[in-house]
Parts: sequence; C-alpha cells; structure tokens
Amino acid sequence: MSNAAVAESAAGATAESAAGAVVSAARTRRRRRKVGRQLLIGGALVLLTVLIAAVSLVWTPRPPGEQDLARSLLPPFWMPGAQAGFPLGTDLNGRDLLSRIMAGAQASLFVGIASVVVGGLVGLTLGLLAGYFGGWVESLVMRLVDVQLSLPGVLLAIAILAATGKGLVNVVLVLGFVSWVQYARIVRGSTLGVRAQEYVLGARALGATHGRIIRRHILPNILPPILVVSTINVSSNILAEAALSYLGVGVPLSTVTWGGMLNEGKTVFELAWWNAIWPGLAILLVVFGINLLGDGLSER
Amino acid sequence: MPDRRAGSLPDASPRTLQYAAMAIYLVQRLWQSVLVLLAVSVLSFVLIFLSGDPVAALIPLNARQEDVDNIRRAYNLDQPVAVQYLLFLQKAATGDMGESFRFKSDALSIVLGRLPNTVLLACTSMLLSMLVSLPLGVLAATYKGRFPDVLASSVALFGISMPSFWLGVILILIFAGGMRVLPASGSGTWQHLVLPTITVSAFATGLLIRLVRRSVADTLGQMFVTTARGKGLSERAIAWGHVLRNSAIPVVTVMGLQFGALLGGSVVVETVFAWPGVGWLMIQSIEARDLPVIRAAVLILALFIVLINLVVDLLYTLLDPRIKLGARAQ
Repeated sequence: MSNAAVAESAAGATAESAAGAVVSAARTRRRRRKVGRQLLIGGALVLLTVLIAAVSLVWTPRPPGEQDLARSLLPPFWMPGAQAGFPLGTDLNGRDLLSRIMAGAQASLFVGIASVVVGGLVGLTLGLLAGYFGGWVESLVMRLVDVQLSLPGVLLAIAILAATGKGLVNVVLVLGFVSWVQYARIVRGSTLGVRAQEYVLGARALGATHGRIIRRHILPNILPPILVVSTINVSSNILAEAALSYLGVGVPLSTVTWGGMLNEGKTVFELAWWNAIWPGLAILLVVFGINLLGDGLSER
Repeated sequence: MPDRRAGSLPDASPRTLQYAAMAIYLVQRLWQSVLVLLAVSVLSFVLIFLSGDPVAALIPLNARQEDVDNIRRAYNLDQPVAVQYLLFLQKAATGDMGESFRFKSDALSIVLGRLPNTVLLACTSMLLSMLVSLPLGVLAATYKGRFPDVLASSVALFGISMPSFWLGVILILIFAGGMRVLPASGSGTWQHLVLPTITVSAFATGLLIRLVRRSVADTLGQMFVTTARGKGLSERAIAWGHVLRNSAIPVVTVMGLQFGALLGGSVVVETVFAWPGVGWLMIQSIEARDLPVIRAAVLILALFIVLINLVVDLLYTLLDPRIKLGARAQ
C-alpha cells in the first residue's frame, strides 16, 4: 500500500537523506556542533534521571509513602509556611513530594524501557518475517498492521487494561502491544531493501540457511534505524504510562508514579498547585531529554 | 493485492484508463476497509468480553438469582462468546448496536450524539496545528541551523515532550483559575473550546513542525530548486511556490494519521476538560461497564480513522500525479 510506504519514509526517524545536496564545510561543522550539543544535553538529562531512580532505590529524604496529616499540603521551600526537610512541599496526605518524585522515576524508566523491549521484539520478529519471506506471511502481517493502526492506541490500551487490571507489568505489555506496529513497518521496509542486496543473494547461492542469512546479514544492517525509533518510543511510552495512570487505569496508586501523582495532585491544585506541577515537570524533562538524544542519534 | 490496473483494456484513452484504475482501486480499498472494521469489531468484542462480567455492575448486590438470569438472557450474555459476537454482528449490520446499560437507550445514537463534539475539537486542533506548524516549519527549513530554526525546533521539541493532560491542568490553572478569563470545563460556547484545542494541538503541532522542516529541507536540496534559483526567483517564491507542494506528501500522510490520532487520542484531554465527546463518554462507559456504548464508540472511531486513511491516499494523486494508485510499495 502506498500509504504505508510513504508514512514509513515520512514518520520513520531515519537518517536525513541529504540526497543531491552539496553541504558546505561550514554547514557540516555547524550541524556537527548542534548534534553534539543535542546528544550532550539529552544524555545529561537522561543520565540524571537514571541516577535519581538508582539513588531512590536505596535512599530518599523521606520514605515516599510516609504519611503525616499534620503536615498536609506544605508549600515548596520559597513560599511562606514551608517546612525544612520538605523542599518541594507535601501532598494532601503529608507525603514528601521530593521523595515521591525521586521514587516515581523508577516506574517511568521501567515502563518506558521494558515496553520498548516488548514491542520492539514483537515488531522486529513480525517485520523480519514479512519482509524476508513475503507472500502470505507479508499479507497477514501487513493486514494486522492495518487493523492495529485503525484502532486508537490510547483507547485500545484503556480497554485492555480495563480487562486485565492495573499493574506495572500489564502497562508494559499493553504499551508493547500498542507500539509493535511502528517497528514492524520499519523493519519490513528495510528488510525488503537489504534482501535484494548482492551479498544476501551471494550468501543464499552459497547455501546459507534462512536463519543464518537473517542473523548474519539482515539484522546488523537494519538495526540503526530501529535504535533511533526505540529511543523516541521510550519517551512516548513514558508519556503514555503517565496518561494512563492519570486516567486511573494504569499503575495502581500503591506504586509511586508521576502520572498517579498528577492524578492525585489535580484534585487539590486550586489549593496547592505544586502538587500538579512537579510530576508534570519531571515527565517533561525526561521526555525532552530522551527526544533530544533520539534527534541527535538520528542526525549523526 | 494483485496488480489489476486496466492496462490490458484495448482501445481506451489514457483518461478512461486512469478513471478505471481509480474505480478498481477504490473498490479494493473499500473492501479492505470492511475487513479491517470486522477485525476491529472482533478484537473489541473479545477484549470487552475478557474484561469480566458486566451483569455484576448492572444489578444491586442483593438481587435474586432469577433476576440475574433474566438480565443475562435479555442481553444474550448466557451464550458462548462466538454466538454473542455473531448475534451482535447481525444486529450491528442494521445499525443496532444494542441498548446502553446506563442510559437505557440506543447505544449508537448516544455515541453519534457525542461525535460532533469530538470531531469539532479534532478539527479546531488540526487547524491550529496547521496554522502554527506550516509557517514555522518552512521558516526553520529555509534558515536551517540558524536562529529561526533553533527557535522553531525547540518549540516543536517542547510540543512533543509535554504531557498533554499536564498542559491542560496548567492552562486551567492560569486562565480559568488565576485570570478567570476562560471556562475550565464543559462546552457550549467558543470560549469552552479554546483551552482544549490548545492542549490537544500541542503534540500534533510539534510533530508537524519537525516534519514540514525535514520535508522542505529535503526538497530544497533537489535539482529543480537549483534550477529555480538559477532563474533568479526569490527564496520566498521558491519556498512557497515550488517546495511546499513537493514537500506536501509526507506532511499530508502524517496529518491524516495525526487527525485519526486526534479523534481517538483526545480521550485524556476530553477527560481533563470534561468535554462531552466520544472519548470522555468511553472513559465513563468503561468505568460503568456499559458494554454496548464502548463497542459502538470503538467502532465509530475506527470507521473514522479508516475513512481518513482512505481520503489521505486519494489526496496523494492530486498532489503528485506520479503516484499511481494501487501500485505496490517499493
């Protein structure tokens, strides 16, 4: 279908094709510098989040679940009424927001990375099979892609989660299930390209098995665009997890997540806006960092 | 799909051939759309079936077993899932998607009643996205690597990184809470539309700016642009006259996909602003386990998305006559 093909070349975050463009030396330098800056800032933001998540596994200023109604809705440190030891303020139940933001990084990173692994593996496998073998396998996979694409992703996720129940693992599986399509399409497209190359034909003529050709010749050649898409997919899945938890169908409130904090924070934001601001800011910074990193990788 | 372009017809003018090819393509695509919708209906039916016993949510805790059985029978819930599905399909073919458990009236009418609100929000958001992203994208591409590009690209990056519900909450905080100039929820006047529209369009705008930028930059590197420069045309004339049209195809594709995503994905934003669209209806129906309404909403949204994809494919031929309908990719 022309639709799928064009969308692939459009939405696929593959390296920019500078076809026919004569790029001057100054321009190349400028671009390198920009890409370097993107990788640096993006990498720093991501590293910081990973560090915070790691630290929060062993230490947070306060236990993230520690309640004390006597210190309910304390403001952040610069506002009158703030208390030492609670620099970002507290929520309705008197829990320390800084500690909860730190602990929330764990869930976000876990969901983001694990769901990409799940979706990536499923999409990679199906896309490879479709692109390599063609025929009815390809038709079947591409029709599945069509079906998936005409289902609104968030709605699908909500429906499945309503069926399977809340939980970190369920969210991972659902988001993996929703995002396999983009991998399948890109992998199929690049497999089609690689399959026709001389060295693949040569290997086949020498009697290599399908498994060997796929492992040795096709996989290494289609990995770079997949890595770029995976990076950006981590950020979109972090956003999706937050949205689902915000709607109250994602991760149960017993696990600290930024989306869940927002869900609780929105009910009190007329009284204590900081409850809704911090978790959103945390999501924004991480997602921004990952997207910068993805951009840098794709333009390198 | 077999290549059945009308090339083998004898004695036909090229124009006739083109129309014949288009007609065949349309029939094929419509047929495929029906298959996709069927698959969607199976999937949504099974998923909802898996989500547990709806009767439990319908009846008071102390109901007699007899009444429970009656309700089960009335909604065919005592049958195997395959039979339930076929019964559902038979009725759905006549436009009857069952009666809402919650509102005690026709599920399809309820969804269709909410649809204009969702479509309206999707349209205003799409419009705002285009108005912002087209100029910014072209600007970024023509000044690639310089200040306007850095600015537009940063705006785009923020757009796609911002959690939409958070943006919604902040907008409510500022404009409804602090300044009290716009309503925080509900619908009816244009003021109600402003904040949800901005919230929904943020992501699409970011995506489109990046896409327009990349697409225009690619086109600027091609030979006919060099030719146009050689003829002494101004950069602005080249950008708007030559480049935009040639950059339009990937942009139109993603705009189409994005419009579909806006229809389905405004669930979250509709919930934030209590906007009475299909998405909010669906969240409420899931909470109330109102199966007929969930099914009707999923199917209607899927139908829309399939139709939009079809329209996008047809638009290609208008934008670029080199694209032949029905020709296989790659």
